[in-house]
Amino acid sequence: MTQSLLEIDKLSVTFQLPNGPVTAVKDVSFSIAEGETLALVGESGSGKSVTSTAAMRLLPELAETSGAIRFNGENLLEVTPKRMRRVRGNDISMIFQEPMTSLNPLHRIGRQIGEVLIRHKQLKGKANRQRVLELLNQVGIPEPERRIDSYPYELSGGQRQRVMIAMALAGEPKLLIADEPTTALDVTVQAQILELLKSLQAKYGMAILFITHDLSIVRHFADHVAVMRYGEVVESGRTLDVFDNPQHEYTRMLLDAIPRGRKEPAPADSPVLLSGQDVKVRFALKKRLFGKNEYFEAVRGIDLSIRRGQTLGIVGESGSGKSTLGRALLRLLKSEGEIRFEEADISGLDKSGMRPLRSRLQVVFQDPFGSLSPRMTVGDIISEGLKVHHPELNRRQREAEVIAALEEVALDPSMRNRYPHEFSGGQRQRIAIARALILKPELLLLDEPTSALDRSVQVRVIDLLRDLQKKHGLTYLFISHDLSVVRALSDDVLVMKEGRVIEQGSTEMIFSQPKEAYTQALLKAAFLESEAA
Amino acid sequence: MTSDTKPYSGEQAQGAPLPAGGPNPPRSPEPEADVAPVGAAPIGESLAKDAWRRLSQNRAAMLSLGLLIAIIVVCIVGPWLLPWGLAEVDWNAFGTGPTLENAHYLGTDANGRDLLTRVLYGGRVSLSVALVASFVSLVIGVLYGAISGYLGGRVDNYMMRFVDIMYSLPFMFLVILLMVVFGRNIFLIYAAIGAVEWLDMARIVRGQTLALKRREFIEAAHALGVRDTKIVTRHLIPNAIGPVIIYVTLTVPKVILLESFLSFLGLGVQEPLTSWGVLISEGVDMMESAPWMLLVPSIFLALTLFCLNFLGDGLRDALDPRTR
Repeated sequence: MTQSLLEIDKLSVTFQLPNGPVTAVKDVSFSIAEGETLALVGESGSGKSVTSTAAMRLLPELAETSGAIRFNGENLLEVTPKRMRRVRGNDISMIFQEPMTSLNPLHRIGRQIGEVLIRHKQLKGKANRQRVLELLNQVGIPEPERRIDSYPYELSGGQRQRVMIAMALAGEPKLLIADEPTTALDVTVQAQILELLKSLQAKYGMAILFITHDLSIVRHFADHVAVMRYGEVVESGRTLDVFDNPQHEYTRMLLDAIPRGRKEPAPADSPVLLSGQDVKVRFALKKRLFGKNEYFEAVRGIDLSIRRGQTLGIVGESGSGKSTLGRALLRLLKSEGEIRFEEADISGLDKSGMRPLRSRLQVVFQDPFGSLSPRMTVGDIISEGLKVHHPELNRRQREAEVIAALEEVALDPSMRNRYPHEFSGGQRQRIAIARALILKPELLLLDEPTSALDRSVQVRVIDLLRDLQKKHGLTYLFISHDLSVVRALSDDVLVMKEGRVIEQGSTEMIFSQPKEAYTQALLKAAFLESEAA
Repeated sequence: MTSDTKPYSGEQAQGAPLPAGGPNPPRSPEPEADVAPVGAAPIGESLAKDAWRRLSQNRAAMLSLGLLIAIIVVCIVGPWLLPWGLAEVDWNAFGTGPTLENAHYLGTDANGRDLLTRVLYGGRVSLSVALVASFVSLVIGVLYGAISGYLGGRVDNYMMRFVDIMYSLPFMFLVILLMVVFGRNIFLIYAAIGAVEWLDMARIVRGQTLALKRREFIEAAHALGVRDTKIVTRHLIPNAIGPVIIYVTLTVPKVILLESFLSFLGLGVQEPLTSWGVLISEGVDMMESAPWMLLVPSIFLALTLFCLNFLGDGLRDALDPRTR
């Protein structure tokens, strides 16, 4: 191994909170050599971000650090704040997860990149602009001469992340810390960004500390890997060694946490439960007092049908209209076209007309933090549907139903008097599932139910969904951008792009012989082959 | 979470909110099914009961509540126990300071009327105006704002334009108009102030509602088939309550001062009846020769406002299950 550039030696970080100290990072040691990539892997709360933030000395004041962070032999924990400002951006720079919020929306991107150059390279005026153009070119922004004067909102998510990378590169750092740089991006964009980072690394010879929860990226991207849990490094080594021969049970569990198996197909003669014909949804962008309104067409005429007991997976990148389609099919959004539920046309029904059907058509949303009202107890949340659809039940009967529903999703029923904030993401998603199940629905719309969860939790939620489907003969409309999850759960898959269906067929067909170029690109970007092992 | 550094004691809940920039509360991947945070809410508590339990643990808020109740009781009962009437002139004591000798415990004003008696009578007026006007603004403003924001679109547009029109109406003009039509009456002050104060509240609640109604739990309620009225009352309003309470605590002093302003112009309460605002403005004129005339009503007012602020803060925290 070459000489190490960054060496973290027995780093501990403790937060002094009002109700006692919390140790977020404990005795963490690892090192990165020049030009190599180390991936720091772990699930949420494992302390991986805290470790990297500590290396930049950007932790909040109530954090206490001990140990050493040596950069080129200099202990960064001991240098003066002034020296640290020189190090940041010049020697070490950082890109963040959220490209939407890490750029200042009020400044043109050229100015934001230029600021780094003024600060660290003393480049001003024409030379500054020239260098910014060069950087934009390098990170693959099309038409840099025009884009340099764009505001962040004019760029797509992937382009914004490229701008962030350009900012990080402006100081020509020796070490780039990338904190989940692709998590908020679509898979195809993610692949491009990773490709870009790799080529820039080769060009500048910089080291990358890559923080992620996604193991499939790590295998393709990093030389070394350190696995973190509860603030400790449980295993580290060369990526291939760790992946092929994991020593620690936690690493094995993480590697194993890939949705496996396939769904048993529903009987071929089962009747069609829900069907849509030429479903269209459009949103008014601009309403004019006179003249025509401007519309955005989110869903542009889609035909589909789901048979009882079947799972239809709807796949697509963000903005493809898949969530809009799901909501339209359940008549949560206004749409055009015909929607039939058990032969009956429901597209013309109004709110009160839909109400009796609501108990049979239920939804589980993506964000387990946003989908539960923070001011209601879990019991109230789950029983709300009963109050609407079974007003004849008394308090005690409702309570019994809630207990049964909680047991069904493997939560302790005694938790029903707690508030949602006391639960973890996976538990909240179970609560959301219980809320839907208590009404004994026939069709469940699952809108990215696992996207906000850690892999290992994901796998358990998927198992739960699969069991429930088998037990109650449920029909799922499963919306996701995560292809491995879709593969594990669906009978049929529908690939969407820009409000249209690109490809449609059985899961087996789509995954083994995708016909359309777009589907092929999606599959390739998702690094799915790792599952075959 | 390392159990050796984080003590789990009595009432502490797991995963206390960490400051920005801190780590997510570390969660083990295993305990999906069995983790039971220590010290959670007891069985079968409603939000109101739960809030009361948390409020009662807040010492500043409870002290304020007690003091506020004491002030209200004294204002109601006090004048009956004192030997002086509201307009009764003591010809032996014009503008005397606080003393125990002649039963003018807090002194008299320039006309020889007992100050304590007048402050307590004034308290009745000020507190009742504050209470009624704030309550009116709370009820109308919250409902109006929540409905407008929730329904959105054209209805929202019309409802808010109506608010704008009300805003543009000069307040004095409104009051004078009411006086002309209905004659002079204390209830007119309630009506006039209430009619103006709910406008701000409606705007605040509407803004909150607009942000809330796009949250997924509202959408989930739609998917459950919950009726619109229930969505507004059960989901929207409870979640908008934080800013509402803060605003109410700001409304109360505003209303008290507004009332004194009206009285000062001769449109509010009339002599001999008085209010804290009137007493304070009278006291300002006599500040140099008789400072107690300013101090006594000011202390009552300040104390009331302090209590309201502490109580408001306590209520806001108590009504949010996330703060424990």
